[in-house]
Amino acid sequence: MAKQPVDYEALLSSLEASFPMVQILDKDGNVVNNDIMPDLSDDELVELMTRMVWSRVLHDRSMALARQGRLGFYAPTMGQEASQLASHFAFKKQDWLYPGYRDIPQLIQHGLSVSQAFLWSRGHVEGNNYPEDLHAMAPQIIIGAQYIQAMGNAVGQKLAGKEDEVTFTYTGDGGSSQGDVYEGMNFAGRYKAPIVFFIQNNGYAISTPREKQSAANTLAQKAAAAGIPGIQVDGMDPLAVYAVTKQAREWAASGNGPVLIETITSRFGPHSTSGDDPTRYREQESFDYWEQRDPLIRFRNFLKEKGLWSDEKEEELIGKTKEEIKQAAKEADQAPKMKVSEFLKNMHGEPGQNILEQIEKYEAKESK
Amino acid sequence: MANLTMIQAITEALDQEMARDEKVLVFGEDVGKNGGVFRATQGLFDKYGEDRVNDTPLAESGIGGMAFGLAVQGFRPVMEIQFFGFVFEVMDSIVGQMARTRYRTGGKLNLPAVVRSPFGGGVHTPEMHADSLEGLMAQSPGLKVVIPSNPYDAKGLLTSAIRDEDPVVFLEHMKLYRSFRDEVPEEQYTVPLGKAAVAKEGSDVTIVAYGYMVREALKAAEQLEKDNVSAEVIDLRTVSPVDYETIVKSVEKTGRMVMVQEAQRQAGVGNTVISEVSQRAILSLEAPIGFVAAPDTVYPFGQIENTWLPNAKDITAAVKEAAEF
Repeated sequence: MAKQPVDYEALLSSLEASFPMVQILDKDGNVVNNDIMPDLSDDELVELMTRMVWSRVLHDRSMALARQGRLGFYAPTMGQEASQLASHFAFKKQDWLYPGYRDIPQLIQHGLSVSQAFLWSRGHVEGNNYPEDLHAMAPQIIIGAQYIQAMGNAVGQKLAGKEDEVTFTYTGDGGSSQGDVYEGMNFAGRYKAPIVFFIQNNGYAISTPREKQSAANTLAQKAAAAGIPGIQVDGMDPLAVYAVTKQAREWAASGNGPVLIETITSRFGPHSTSGDDPTRYREQESFDYWEQRDPLIRFRNFLKEKGLWSDEKEEELIGKTKEEIKQAAKEADQAPKMKVSEFLKNMHGEPGQNILEQIEKYEAKESK
Repeated sequence: MANLTMIQAITEALDQEMARDEKVLVFGEDVGKNGGVFRATQGLFDKYGEDRVNDTPLAESGIGGMAFGLAVQGFRPVMEIQFFGFVFEVMDSIVGQMARTRYRTGGKLNLPAVVRSPFGGGVHTPEMHADSLEGLMAQSPGLKVVIPSNPYDAKGLLTSAIRDEDPVVFLEHMKLYRSFRDEVPEEQYTVPLGKAAVAKEGSDVTIVAYGYMVREALKAAEQLEKDNVSAEVIDLRTVSPVDYETIVKSVEKTGRMVMVQEAQRQAGVGNTVISEVSQRAILSLEAPIGFVAAPDTVYPFGQIENTWLPNAKDITAAVKEAAEF
C-alpha cells in the first residue's frame, strides 16, 4: 500500500506540543519555574494579592447583595482571581479594556467605581457613564463581540500613532467558539494591531463543558490560524498569568501585533445569579479538584513564605473591603430616577421628527 | 457643475470628505486598489494611502467591529458592505452595537460610522445580493437609514452622513449607479438627513417613494399627466427617521396617497408611512391609501425578477384607483 501523503497523528501531536501550559507556582505555592519569575517588587506582590483578595470579597458581597435583591445580573468570579486580576496587573492606565460581563473586577481596577459597577448590574444608565480618563467600554453582553470591537480600537490606536498604549479584551471558553473571536484575531493579525486577547477557559459555558466547544486540544492554538502567538497559561497561578501577560503587552506595544492568551481557570460557583445550579452539570470531584487549586491558596503560601503576608493582614483587608462595598451599595441607592424623555434625547445627536414628538409626549407625562 | 452618474457622485463625496477631514477612513472588501466592485472608491487608495483606504479580510462582522472600535478611537469610519444582502453577517455590529451606543452610555459616547452598501433589484445579480432590507434597519432605533434616488442627492446625503455624529446606513440602489446623469456641483454641499424632497409637484395624488422607485414614480407621473391626473412625487431620501411633515403637507393638498416601495409588502417602511399618515391626516384623505410593493416571496430568481419588481405601470394603476375612488 502506498504511503499516505501526510501523517495526521504526527500533525495533531505536534500542534499539541506547541502550546504547553506556562506555570511558575504549583498549587501549593512552590516555585516550579524560577527562570521566568516576573520582576515584581515586594510591594507589587502584596498589591497583586490585595487585589485578588479584594476581588474575592467583591464576589462574596455581590452574591449576598444579589440574594437580597440589591443587585441585578451578576456573573460570579470566585476562582478566576489570578486570571482576571493578575492579567490586568500587567496593563497600564492608558490601555483600553473591552470586557465581557464577567470582567467587572478588571473594570473596577481600571478605574470604574464600585457603585457604578453596581448600577450597571441593577440596570441604571449611570453605571455606563464612564469618566473621561477611564479607557474602557461597558461590559459586552454579546459573547465574542468585544473581540472585533477591541480589534478596531487597537487598529485605531495604531493609526493614531499612540505610543505605549494597547487594547486588551476577554472572553471565555464558550466565547472562543464564536466567529467574531476568530475574526477579531485574524483582522488584528492582518493589521498588526496592538492588542492582547484573553480566553478565560473556566471549563464551562453556563453548563456546556469545554470539551463540547471544540475538538482543539487547546484554545490557545486558535491563534495559529490567525498567524499570531497563542499562549496557554495556568490561570490559577498569578505569577504565571502576570508574566505571560507582561510579555504579550510588550510584544503588542512594540508594534509586533496581537497575542492570544488562554488562561486555564475555574469558576467555583454558578454561571450567574439568575438561578443557575452548577450541581446539575458538574460533579463534586470537579469542585474539589479546582478548589485545591485556588489562586488565593497558592499565592498566600508563596507570600507567607517570603514573609510578605499574614492572616491578620488578610482579615483586616477583608473587613476594609466589606465596608467599602457597603458604602458603594449605599451610594448606588442614591442614583436619580431615570426618565424616558432623557433617553429619547440620547438616541441621536440631532433627533428626527418621531423622536421630537415623543420627547414632548414623555416630558409632559413625566413632569406630572 | 459636472454631469455625473450616481456612482461618480458617491466617489466624489468620499474623496472630498476624506480631503477635508483626515479622520475619515474607508475600508471593506476590495475597496482598496480595486476601487470596490462598483468602483465607488476608485482612486482613493492611490490618493490617500493604505492607512485610510484599505482592503479588509473577507468577513463582514469583523468589518463592523472594526468600524465600532475605530469610532471609539475618534475616527469617522466609512465601511462598505459589498452587497447589502450580506448584512446579516454584521447585524450585531450595526443594530446591536453601533445603534445602541449613544443610548447605553447616557449620551456620553456617540458612534459616527457610515455603513455604505449597494442593494436593489433589476440588475440580475446572484441571490442574496439584491434584497431591499432597509425595513430591518428602519426598525432599529438609533440608526439613520438613507437611500438616495439621484446623483445630486447621493453626493449631498453621503457628505451629511459622514459628518453626522451617529451611525448612518447609506444604501445605494445598484440600478441607479450608472443609469443616468445629473448636474452635480463640484464643490462640497450637504443635503440634510431626515428631510424628504418634492421630486415633482402635482395636485391630485401624492406618490411617496424612495430609492429607485422614485424613478418609476416619476415615469408614472409623466404618463398620468397625459391622462390628466396630476401626481406629486415625494422622495423620502431618508427612510428612518421619516419626514412626515412633508408628506402630510402634500396629502393635505391632494387628499390622496399611494405608497411605493421595491421591498416586499409585509411589515417594512411603506406600512409604517401609511400607518403614520393615516393617523396624522385622516381627515384630509378622500380615498384609501394605495400601496405598491413587491409580493411577499423571498427575492426572486433572476429570470422572473422583472415580473416581480414593482414598476411605473403598477404605480400608474394604483394612482388611478386612488384618483377615481
